[in-house]
Amino acid sequence: MSSATAINKMDKRKRTLVTPEGIAILITIASRGSRIGALLLDFVILIVTIILFQMLISLVADGLFDEGFEIDGDNVSGATEFLAIMQIIMMFIFWYGYFLVQELGPRGATLGKRALGIRVAARAGGRLAPEAIIARNLLRDIELFYPMIFLFVTLIANIIGESAGGMIWAALIWFFVFALFPFFNKDVMRAGDVIAGTWVVEAPRTKLADALSTQGAAVQGSSEVTGARYQFGDKELAVYGEHELQTLERMLREAQTDALSAVHATICRKIGWDPGAGDERAFLEAFYAQLRAKLEDDMRFGKRKADKFS
Amino acid sequence: MKTPSLGSWFGRTEISAPTDIESAALRSDRFRLEREGDWRRLEGVVISMEKGGLRRIDDEDLLALPTLYRTAASSLSVARETSLDASTLSYLESLVQRAWFQVYGPRKGFFSWFREFIFGGWSRAVREIWLDVCIALFVMVAGAVVGWLLVAQSTDWFYRLVPVGLADTRVPGASREELLATLDVEQNTGGLSTFAAYLFSNNAGVCILAFALGFAFGVPSLMLLVHNMAMLGGMLWLFAEVGLLTEFAAWLSVHGTTELFGILLAGAAGLHIGRSMAFPGENTVLEAASISGRRSAVVMIGVVIMMIVAALLEAFPRQLVAGSQSRFLIGGMFLTFWLAYFFLYFPRRLDSEIAESEE
Repeated sequence: MSSATAINKMDKRKRTLVTPEGIAILITIASRGSRIGALLLDFVILIVTIILFQMLISLVADGLFDEGFEIDGDNVSGATEFLAIMQIIMMFIFWYGYFLVQELGPRGATLGKRALGIRVAARAGGRLAPEAIIARNLLRDIELFYPMIFLFVTLIANIIGESAGGMIWAALIWFFVFALFPFFNKDVMRAGDVIAGTWVVEAPRTKLADALSTQGAAVQGSSEVTGARYQFGDKELAVYGEHELQTLERMLREAQTDALSAVHATICRKIGWDPGAGDERAFLEAFYAQLRAKLEDDMRFGKRKADKFS
Repeated sequence: MKTPSLGSWFGRTEISAPTDIESAALRSDRFRLEREGDWRRLEGVVISMEKGGLRRIDDEDLLALPTLYRTAASSLSVARETSLDASTLSYLESLVQRAWFQVYGPRKGFFSWFREFIFGGWSRAVREIWLDVCIALFVMVAGAVVGWLLVAQSTDWFYRLVPVGLADTRVPGASREELLATLDVEQNTGGLSTFAAYLFSNNAGVCILAFALGFAFGVPSLMLLVHNMAMLGGMLWLFAEVGLLTEFAAWLSVHGTTELFGILLAGAAGLHIGRSMAFPGENTVLEAASISGRRSAVVMIGVVIMMIVAALLEAFPRQLVAGSQSRFLIGGMFLTFWLAYFFLYFPRRLDSEIAESEE
């Protein structure tokens, strides 16, 4: 049952996008989990970079000037002051530039998003405009950082003993309104996505696997090992549908011997053959090729068989 | 084959999948083997485009891209109807999607976008939200008047409006000399540029807040504007009491004309989003939000630039230039410049921009 519910969950996130040429493209909305994961990853990268940069700057400041690193002092030297400015400006650039520059690039994704195989796309199916990227990133602050800082400050105030009153509730409401926003719409949009007209979708990069029907017993229908010839009748091929075919395809590609022999035994039982041993792969290849040939022939006549139950 | 960087890809294919198409037992596999070369060529182009190296792609490949993309897309729709090979189908789905993202990806990089933004895009966006600018201006003026009246009525209000840290010696009851001293020029220039950088990052933060709060139908943006301007109104009253209104206005105008203009635009941008979500007109709420959001984002990038200018003005000329007249001159010049840039600067739209807005 678990695999069936997993398929349902996938379908819920599937959308069809019609391009200007009229081609329907299937896309999958990124799951909430991968969104959160990407965000955390980006934070770690960003914060580590900022800390490293700060350390570098103070190292330079400490090494070059005996006076140390003081911003407020009245008689700071020009070089120290330059470093302090660099620090403030670089913080700003890192903070906003990290997301902006990467999402404006051809991959439409930050490092975190790339690691999780997701990217930003325009909701309407058109071109992803730079303005949209800017809008969705400007809103991140109000969705996340300001309420988090607000919450943190009120919590600290509470711990110290200052009564923050209703502030803590205000902070909590602010935080949760935006944090829970993606959980209350089916396209998993955060507030910034709504404003920008974007959504985040999965960006799979699948490699083309070898064609199965050019190799082994799929071609001649006979085994290279034993020379046995496998020929299945219409009745025997009618027990399975597309779902089983594609499961078998996956098994053949992954090619684990003991798993294959289990499948072999199951199929033989189902079609009433006597399962032998030692030639499972050839049997399965032949069965796969003939089942697929039959199902594809039916398909051309508009007859489809989704699985063994239909 | 064509792209040397993908030699390994093609090399492997040439060995493992000989062009012996007839050897395939299934019609759908023959279909696939016949077109596989084109798919892989498209994949190669897409990979180099994703890496950002348009220059590394052969002209020939780049010219073939639209054709290759359409071939792959039509292969996909045929395969969906005739093939049950799950791996080929998912490969084609992902290939067509990736190619589509590249064919319809952001056409310009950041820098060419920025050039268009400076030469026309920015002022056009500001003009497009003129109604919100007017509303925000009205609210700001009203806020300043309210602040003035409240403080004039009872000086207690001053302490409620102005945070203690900001007020410093500028409190009701301060003598004329004390107040005059706060308007004086700095004696040395040490630390001023740090001050400028700090001011910028602080003010830009406030502006982004004013913009982002527009999401809640613009009400918090307006409240932020009212609060800031009430503070200013109270301050104005304070200086007017001791007859320093002109001096204070001059001191403020140096950076204030730019900074307040920036805050005005940020508030207007936020309000624009809020207003279009509350009254979406013929569009759906989501469409209206995204159209206005993109327009406002352009204005906001401009606001950040204005904040850089304002911070530089605040840190240097304001602290270094004395005399009301020269201060007014600097402030007035910047105000004239911004007004002229936004409302008198009508550059012709570039062809590429027109094509894009029509899409």
